[in-house]
Amino acid sequence: MNYHWDWQFFFQEADDGLKYYEWVISGLGWTTAVSLASLAVALLLGSVLGVMRTTPTRWLVAIGDAYVDVFRNVPLIIQLFLWFFVVPELVPEKMGIWMKQDLPYIVTAVVGLGLYTAARIAEQVKSGINALPRGQRFAGLALGFTEWQTYRYVRLPMAYRIVLPALTSEAMNIFKNSAVTYAVGILELYFQYKQIIEKTSQVLEITIVVTLAYFTLAFVMNRLLAFVEKRTRVPGLISGTGGK
Amino acid sequence: MSDFDFSVITANWHFLAEGLRYTLQVTVTAMIGGIFLGTLLALMRLSSIKPLQWFAAGYVNFFRSVPLVQVILAVYLILPLILQFVTGKLIPIGAENSAYFTFTIFEAAYYSEIMRSGIQSVPRGQIAAGYALGFTYGQTMRLVVLPQAFRNMLPVLLTQTIVLFQDVSLVYAIGATDFFGAADKITQRDLRPVEMYTTVAVVYFVICFALSRLVKRLQARIAIIR
Repeated sequence: MNYHWDWQFFFQEADDGLKYYEWVISGLGWTTAVSLASLAVALLLGSVLGVMRTTPTRWLVAIGDAYVDVFRNVPLIIQLFLWFFVVPELVPEKMGIWMKQDLPYIVTAVVGLGLYTAARIAEQVKSGINALPRGQRFAGLALGFTEWQTYRYVRLPMAYRIVLPALTSEAMNIFKNSAVTYAVGILELYFQYKQIIEKTSQVLEITIVVTLAYFTLAFVMNRLLAFVEKRTRVPGLISGTGGK
Repeated sequence: MSDFDFSVITANWHFLAEGLRYTLQVTVTAMIGGIFLGTLLALMRLSSIKPLQWFAAGYVNFFRSVPLVQVILAVYLILPLILQFVTGKLIPIGAENSAYFTFTIFEAAYYSEIMRSGIQSVPRGQIAAGYALGFTYGQTMRLVVLPQAFRNMLPVLLTQTIVLFQDVSLVYAIGATDFFGAADKITQRDLRPVEMYTTVAVVYFVICFALSRLVKRLQARIAIIR
């Protein structure tokens, strides 16, 4: 194979005065920032939608269901393009100009990725709430709780702990999905990967490094949430007794 | 919104349809190839031979922890290097062709996890029954276990295929002209992002929504009553 291996290039200086390994690190930083911020958006909105879909109020269920259907059936890259290039044209002109000129890219990207992931989180939260015996809600109501209080004090604390493994995989997915935001100009890890290949052609070295970086991110996220999972285990459930 | 120009869509529908055809071709190829490879991987993972188990586990975990866009680009760039190494001559592959390969090997990892849980959902007695009838391992799997695993998992396999269909849009990374790529190229030329991106989004939505409803109905119909 006439491929020329060269691991030294990471320490060479690029056009902007930074070294290539610094590009990788900065990409890693942006990937982490975009992913965590989107995860926060997704968890918040996904929880609200998930709860809405389990309420007895018909129209709330309808809104929640419609949201999930729309956001799950359009590819992520197209959703991001819609937020960047289509929505600014549809809103009132002044707001459109503001979105195009003053709103930082990262905000739009985080909102886009967050809203996309929220649909998935909503599914998990809903299934978590539905996994509880309905007696839990009745018990709450019998204690004089309002509908909202049964969520706040009885059902959600259980539901989250039940679906935590599923949420863990969503949290890992969001790191992978954040790579797609390169297409709308976020300088995250995949963007830097692409750029380094264009500048240096050292495809194999950079592929190995970036792959390991994504591995590490997924692994850290996984361990972190496994720790949370262990701490919040519900005693008495199959998962709570370690399968015994 | 009032100046939504439908003529941009009608003028370019042929190019868009070509893109959609490519997207469907990649989807179907990767589905068939991916389920085939995925089933082999699942059988390896569940076999009693340790190195096979390790290989399958490594393969699946590897592809499940890297972003698809990165795999698409990496394969596109590295596959020619490998082919050159093996055959000794430079073979241009092209973005369009490399995507078929990428999606097949990538989706195999996801299909394999589905097939694994499908195989594990078959009662152990079925294997014993197969052996008792004098079947070999291959026959037991092919004639007894896999048909049931496949049936149990059909809705999940189809749902994964809908995800795959959406993911094909990521060939944008290597500039292949899929459905979304076609719309993007028209946008670059005609500068009508609203019409083009909205059209792609709506078509994707209609197809995926209809398919996922069909899968739901199928799920209710084929469920085995135990």
